[in-house]
Amino acid sequence: MSMDRRTTLKWMFAAAATVPGLDALADTPGPQARDVAGTQAGYGTDPALMKEWHAGGPWPLTLGAPARLTTAALCDLIIPADEVSPSASAVGVVDFIDEWISAPYPQQRADRTIILPGLTWIEAEAQARFGNSFAALESVQREAIANDVCSVGKAAPQSATAARFFAKFRDLTAGGFYSTPVGMKDIGYVGNVPLAKFDGPPTEVLKKVGLA
Amino acid sequence: WWRARMLGGRTNHWGRISLRNGPYDFKPQTRDGLGFDWPMGYEDLAPFYDKVEMLIGVYGSNEGLENTPNSSPGVLLPPPKPRVSDLLVRKHAAKLKVPVIPGHRAVLTKKLDDARIPKLLHPGNAKAQKILAEDMRARAACFFATPCGRGCSIRANYQSTTVHLPPAMATGNLDIVTDAMVRAVTKRAGGGADGVIYIDRRTGAEHRAKARVVVLAASALETVRILLNSGVANGSGKVGKYIMDTVGANFGGQVPMLEGLPPHNEDGVDGGHMYVPWWLYKEQVAGKLGFARGYHIEFDGGKTMPGMGTGAGLEWLNGGNYGKKFKQDARRYYGSFVKFAGRGEMIPNDDCYAELDPTTKDKFGIPVLRFHWKWSDHETRQAAHMQKTFAEIIDAMGGRMATPPQSGEKAIKQGGIIIHEVGGAIMGDDPAKSVTNSFGQSWEMKNLFITDGATLCSNADKNPTLTIMALAWRAAEHMLGLMKRKEL
Repeated sequence: MSMDRRTTLKWMFAAAATVPGLDALADTPGPQARDVAGTQAGYGTDPALMKEWHAGGPWPLTLGAPARLTTAALCDLIIPADEVSPSASAVGVVDFIDEWISAPYPQQRADRTIILPGLTWIEAEAQARFGNSFAALESVQREAIANDVCSVGKAAPQSATAARFFAKFRDLTAGGFYSTPVGMKDIGYVGNVPLAKFDGPPTEVLKKVGLA
Repeated sequence: WWRARMLGGRTNHWGRISLRNGPYDFKPQTRDGLGFDWPMGYEDLAPFYDKVEMLIGVYGSNEGLENTPNSSPGVLLPPPKPRVSDLLVRKHAAKLKVPVIPGHRAVLTKKLDDARIPKLLHPGNAKAQKILAEDMRARAACFFATPCGRGCSIRANYQSTTVHLPPAMATGNLDIVTDAMVRAVTKRAGGGADGVIYIDRRTGAEHRAKARVVVLAASALETVRILLNSGVANGSGKVGKYIMDTVGANFGGQVPMLEGLPPHNEDGVDGGHMYVPWWLYKEQVAGKLGFARGYHIEFDGGKTMPGMGTGAGLEWLNGGNYGKKFKQDARRYYGSFVKFAGRGEMIPNDDCYAELDPTTKDKFGIPVLRFHWKWSDHETRQAAHMQKTFAEIIDAMGGRMATPPQSGEKAIKQGGIIIHEVGGAIMGDDPAKSVTNSFGQSWEMKNLFITDGATLCSNADKNPTLTIMALAWRAAEHMLGLMKRKEL
């Protein structure tokens, strides 16, 4: 599926902004660490999100048709359909990732430098090992490639860069997927609905943790 | 050193944590010999803390803890009910004698009392009472949905644009000029300020605004920049000196007890429901800690609104995977993390200052600031203590940590990251050693006032916004008195 620019822009900003309550999470070691260096030139003001944006604006997207196929295949390897929810590509995560890596902000620029060479690598790997593009491979072939790189800690030294790419791609796929209504439902988020009062945790929850 | 060049400034993106400085915080030098005492005490500001809390609406509780002041009766709104992670932290932190109490934040947990408060805030001023009462009726109580940081459509949280400006506009006495970049305060013949020069951001044209009294509230460091670019109010040479930020260090863990809990709405008021005030005053003053000032702990856990952190960075827990197993793990671990953030007091020092950059100018041609910064051992040791404490609490909860706690040097955030920017035009009793008196009034220009954080001569662990607002109210009353007596 493909969605309009305004929708993906709003989605990207919302997902990027929804770091829980404190800024604590943004500073914990790991994928949320933010690049605060910025760029000398700056990136100007944010695009107007009340406006309808179409292809090209407010900044050009990155992924061409072949790269979108690779991205979709990798998204769905990481988050396939299961009995609870559909796959990542089915809810627009390919558009989300394209939006993310195309944006001019420091974090997104940094991620772009990992994602684009990574997509090139995975295509080359698919060709070298199986003589076909990644999107056209059998599941078992894709998994063979993924198994070598899905753990930064366990990857062979020559796969270290590819493993870092895979980890980053997995984080972006998860962030995109779980910030959709479908993903939120899957994961058990039932908030962001207006309430007349806030009751706190129900008794069954308190019992489970030994507080009631 | 983030800048918030927007209407409402920093109130658009603060955490709404509203803590009072305590009696010790006004006399830190007397207590431990370091930094500066304020030219006022807690008792001078307490009535204004009450007023600000009633005006903006702050939830919390009165616990009577050391240097953690109570508000007057009837001032605070009820705190929201704790989340399950709050209760778990409280239970296990108690084993370490770390107190967990309701937080204080500027979010309406119930509607403001429009019949009572306006009379208390504007005694004898029927027009002000009426306007404020109408505005208080227009603010709804929190509906526990939508992220505060993106603006509150029902005006339940406090931000200047929705809480201060509408009633001020309703008086008919306020003109707002937006897109105006102030370059300098102008001097009138015979001394004193007579206005400002500003540049229209859209056209680049320069304009002047004339004034009987000039009040700078541009965010501490922007105020410093304006003063330095104006060449005024700096006979002491202290403009730009003693800039401070909050000591910040964070650490989190994963708590198996929180895995697999039945889904329930944990949004609450979109921010901390509870916190830990500094609890080691006695040990500290006895010299047992190796650092002179305290910190409080903000923490967060549970099934918060998913975003880029959700399902991310799980390799330390599951070894790194993909596919259906990954989806199962994302469900399993979501909501099981607890994150702690220490926010501590920095002591002003000679190595932390801002000055005009001799070459770099912004796009309007206005010289920018350059910053000099150095934490002292007091701050890095404090950050190390934070890390150790957070790890102990996580451990007590049966939690797991991705990495061991960091050293203070590694854990401490750079200056300008927490961005509780204060100082740079400090208040004092002595015109040779300070820029303003306790009313934020320049020693040299009697009609020039500063009402942002620039006048703070210490930066208690308590987030500064509430104190800045209380000081501003006190300064405004003083200013009005002077104007009525024709002394301004």
